[in-house]
Amino acid sequence: MKLTETLTDLANPTRFLALTARILPWLAGVTAILLAIGLYQSAMAPDDYQQGATVKIMFIHVPNAWLAMFVWGVMSVAALGTLVWRHPLADVAAKAAAPIGAAFTFLALVTGSLWGRPMWGTYWEWDARLTSVLILFLMYLGLMALWRAVEDPSRAARAAAVLTLVGAINIPIIKFSVDWWNTLHQPASVIRMGGSTLDKAFLWPLLVMAIAFSLLFVTLHLAAMRNEILRRRVRNLQMMQASQRAA
Amino acid sequence: MSLGPYASFIVTSYALVAAVVLLLIVWIITDYRRQQARLKEIEASGVTRRSGRSAADI
Repeated sequence: MKLTETLTDLANPTRFLALTARILPWLAGVTAILLAIGLYQSAMAPDDYQQGATVKIMFIHVPNAWLAMFVWGVMSVAALGTLVWRHPLADVAAKAAAPIGAAFTFLALVTGSLWGRPMWGTYWEWDARLTSVLILFLMYLGLMALWRAVEDPSRAARAAAVLTLVGAINIPIIKFSVDWWNTLHQPASVIRMGGSTLDKAFLWPLLVMAIAFSLLFVTLHLAAMRNEILRRRVRNLQMMQASQRAA
Repeated sequence: MSLGPYASFIVTSYALVAAVVLLLIVWIITDYRRQQARLKEIEASGVTRRSGRSAADI
């Protein structure tokens, strides 16, 4: 009940803008502190007995890979908000999240590639995990193109919401690709049945970096949503201006 | 702290993540300032919201 009331309250863009103005500086501060702690822990983490110092790439690759999928999840919930609940900020949330999700996916691909070269002997392999993440990246770009192609935001929102929900099929494929197919990519080692296989010396820096990157996403997303609301106000005022001139 | 024979891969990864995150932050801040400036410009021309409140106010 409380959550429903909060979501209803936030349906008012002015109230949402007031809330973001209050919490954004705090969120940015906590994110910066956690990132600093995570980076320090990553720098101090010991070398892996097999991978040596290249294990440090894991501390940035894994959070970006998690967020690549998580952001699509957020966009899928927002898509439901657009199509089912018709929440006024749902499509604002979806549109604002897409470029941030694309950036995290790009970073997951490139850092994975830079980790793969010394460990696997190749920058790229067309295996199930790598290919499905590349498809996710292309879907992010496709969504961003769709938002730009359709001028009316509400029409673009419905088309983007359908595409987002269809694309959500790719998320479990990415997650379980390492179990369903023989891939070069290692299987899940953090979130798995039977607990993490990572040593605590690696697990803690990884968890701190994952929380820091998640907060970074929340901060950037709220700021981008605020920009999108302002952009729509600009559009509405420009239309009013044009109709006043025509009259 | 020694990064071993693959230091260039590690440093490039961290530098790239820092660059992209910085780019995202700069883009979002620039976009915010651009929208605020456009709203003030339109309001200065006499067009206001139906509520009468300034659109640039948060």
